[in-house]
Amino acid sequence: MRSFQEHLGELDRRGIRVLAISVDSADINAAHANKMHYTFPLLSDANAATIRRYNVLHPGAGPHKEDIARPAEFLIDKGGIVRWRNLTENLAVRARPDEVLAAFDAAIDGTTSSP
Amino acid sequence: MKMSILHDVDLPPRDRIVKRRWNWMLWTGFVCVLVGIFSYQFFIRFPVTRDFPWVNLLLLAFGAVLLALGLVRAFGQPQNYRGKIFGSIFAALGLLGIAFFCYLTFVVLKQVPASASAPSIGNKAPEFTLPDQNGHSVSLVDLLATQNTRAAVLIFYRGHW
Repeated sequence: MRSFQEHLGELDRRGIRVLAISVDSADINAAHANKMHYTFPLLSDANAATIRRYNVLHPGAGPHKEDIARPAEFLIDKGGIVRWRNLTENLAVRARPDEVLAAFDAAIDGTTSSP
Repeated sequence: MKMSILHDVDLPPRDRIVKRRWNWMLWTGFVCVLVGIFSYQFFIRFPVTRDFPWVNLLLLAFGAVLLALGLVRAFGQPQNYRGKIFGSIFAALGLLGIAFFCYLTFVVLKQVPASASAPSIGNKAPEFTLPDQNGHSVSLVDLLATQNTRAAVLIFYRGHW
């Protein structure tokens, strides 16, 4: 997520908005955003309802065996359609901004803008 | 006559034994193992090395070979090389470190559900409205509808504890 903050300008210029979602409370998210200088929204899905609807739940994986999200990234176009997704098989390996930018350029940029 | 020559060769005086040499293989091998473990966070930043930690594994393998050779030297030529005791400790710690690294990278970090039914390309993304860190509600539909917005990237993460 730090790398997304670093590339926020580049993402923003293309009209790509970043939303991060976890089961953490808004208070934890506020503290974390403050500490890490994140300026994009950290959304609190405390009961994991949205995480469940995206089928990216990792049952019992929290520090107290609570259900949390598994790392996953989705690129959604203006019409609300998934255009790219990344479901990592290694907790230490997450999507990088350049992958999202490349996916945007390939799947969205050429198809929605007129010459 | 013959006997006495053999006798001379067999028993060099103790004061002719040179000071035992530094067993660099043990030290270098141990350092290689440490670097191999702690550089994981560094090499994971690069696309070539992040999906499979081959640089780390090479360092660990190289370190293990050096430790083994160093131990062979320490035990095989104890009159020439140091390291029977600290070499054994280094080798044991190195093996533990390698086992820990492999357990972490090949077992712990791979414990991710497959999530086969997550929305795939072409699917409608489920709508949501959730509070952000400032207490404001953020809705996916509303965000996508704002001017200049062409896409949204959702990052699901495990959270902080």
